[in-house]
Amino acid sequence: MSGILVLAAHTGGTFKRTATELLGKGKELADTLGVPLFAAVLGDAPAADLGQFGASKVFQVAGDFSAYDTLHVTAALKAAVDTSGATVLLSSSDFTGADAMPRLTARFRTGQATECTDLRVEAGRVVGRRPTNGGKVSADVHVSKDPAIFTVRPSSFGQPVAGSGAAEVVAVALDFAGSGLTLVESRKPETTAVDLTEAERIVSGGRSLKSKESFDDVIRPLSAALNATTGASRAAVDAHFAGHDEQVGETGKTVNPVLYIACGISGQVQHLGGMRTSKVIVAINKDPEAPIFKHATYGIVDDLFDVIPALTAEVKAALS
Amino acid sequence: MKIGVCIKSTPDTSSRIQINPGGEDLSDSGVKWATSPYDMFAIEEAVQTKEATGGEVILFSASHQDTSKEVRKALALGPDSAVCIKDDALAKADSLSFATSLAKAIEAEGCTLVFTGKRASDGNNIQVPAMVAELLGWPHVSFVTDFELDGESFKAVRAVGGGVEEVITGNLPVVITAERGLNSPRYAKLPMIVKAKKKPLAIKSLEDLGLTADDVAPIVTLNNYEPPAERGDCIILEGDAATTAKELVRRLREEAKVL
Repeated sequence: MSGILVLAAHTGGTFKRTATELLGKGKELADTLGVPLFAAVLGDAPAADLGQFGASKVFQVAGDFSAYDTLHVTAALKAAVDTSGATVLLSSSDFTGADAMPRLTARFRTGQATECTDLRVEAGRVVGRRPTNGGKVSADVHVSKDPAIFTVRPSSFGQPVAGSGAAEVVAVALDFAGSGLTLVESRKPETTAVDLTEAERIVSGGRSLKSKESFDDVIRPLSAALNATTGASRAAVDAHFAGHDEQVGETGKTVNPVLYIACGISGQVQHLGGMRTSKVIVAINKDPEAPIFKHATYGIVDDLFDVIPALTAEVKAALS
Repeated sequence: MKIGVCIKSTPDTSSRIQINPGGEDLSDSGVKWATSPYDMFAIEEAVQTKEATGGEVILFSASHQDTSKEVRKALALGPDSAVCIKDDALAKADSLSFATSLAKAIEAEGCTLVFTGKRASDGNNIQVPAMVAELLGWPHVSFVTDFELDGESFKAVRAVGGGVEEVITGNLPVVITAERGLNSPRYAKLPMIVKAKKKPLAIKSLEDLGLTADDVAPIVTLNNYEPPAERGDCIILEGDAATTAKELVRRLREEAKVL
């Protein structure tokens, strides 16, 4: 048996955009290879619906996965791969992708390509393309053993068009004794914005914002108007203008949005490494020589304290 | 209690990364090596834990190269000793090769708590820490921003994305991966640097650990390296703030179609 298995992530029964995105790409790869497309679903979710995106079978592992437990997820994925006989496993490079996938890879004694931005078929195998060394270079990644595991950066591929049809749902039994770890508390942030790594729009601020107050007064309103997630350069985080989890760059988050607006960010190589694959980059900076302009799609050479409030007003008017 | 810290020597993040002709691999020439940034949080947490509860801190590194210079520097931050795994068979190592080597060395030293950075700044694979835990048969907690140890019990706060933090409790042994914010790494002071020169640093081959080259044969290989795709020339919008703001929104909607 062989096939491509996509981990279809969901939140409380609603499939994430990354799930359909990966099914779309998975279908394309499966057709090229002439193998079936499968999905893996952990816990309660409308599994049969994934037939609309080309999955012929969905391997659904019963259990309560609402409180994330690394070893529970690893065991469930192991069971789904074993039951399906899949030779390729695709997952988003979200927290599960970063936390459980390498554990699963070691359990299978196989190989994994992390944070791929492209997947293709070459000589009968799936090959990943990914940025490495902080985005300073890209390379092809070959996994010589099955199951070959790939995690994919959100928004690397477009969303597929839903068709019709229901997938056959295969119940996967799992006997899990517990991990010994207890999730005692989950602290939700005040913001409801999506995580930087999954955001389609990001507005980032740098040290030129001068203070936390001006960061809050200038950057965050533009971010809110665009329904974007707020990011920051390392310099801005080190100066406490923004939180640690908002840092974009080589020692922060690696992002891949459709729109990235860099405000007062010069574009040091470490920052570029974290956002370089963004589809459209807008740079707003007083310094016409700032390296960020070499990587931007659109640039405005001006004082951000003048441009951004005007931009926020324009965006509000345009999107209202 | 023995506390292990896995560290990796990686090109300093300000280094220019050069691709060898043909694109088959990366050049080491002119690279300034340093301990990977996230590993600095791991070292600091291990040392703080030792200061609070006692025990000893052992550094582990695995490479085909000699990492003793970077490891010696790390010893000046407070760890007691180091094990550097150095073997030619690790030249093309993948994450599982490194994890296999490190897990074996950690087991041999009898550690029950291991810290490491959440990812290394060169490969950016985010795999070795979870793999080490799996091979040791221990649980792991990723992306930890706060850690407390009370006897054999620990409490760790992990950042799971979207600003959500989860509080996890459990018992040793465990592998903890360090996220930014866990602590503020100290700087080495001269007396510590002098003292570090005399700290035990063992260089071990795979054979010393009871492993063969086959045990670390890579499954994952990289090739076809290229610099990131260049973008077309940046379109600079001209005019006062009101004009450029209006024009940018128009272009984002009509030209780039992202609004």
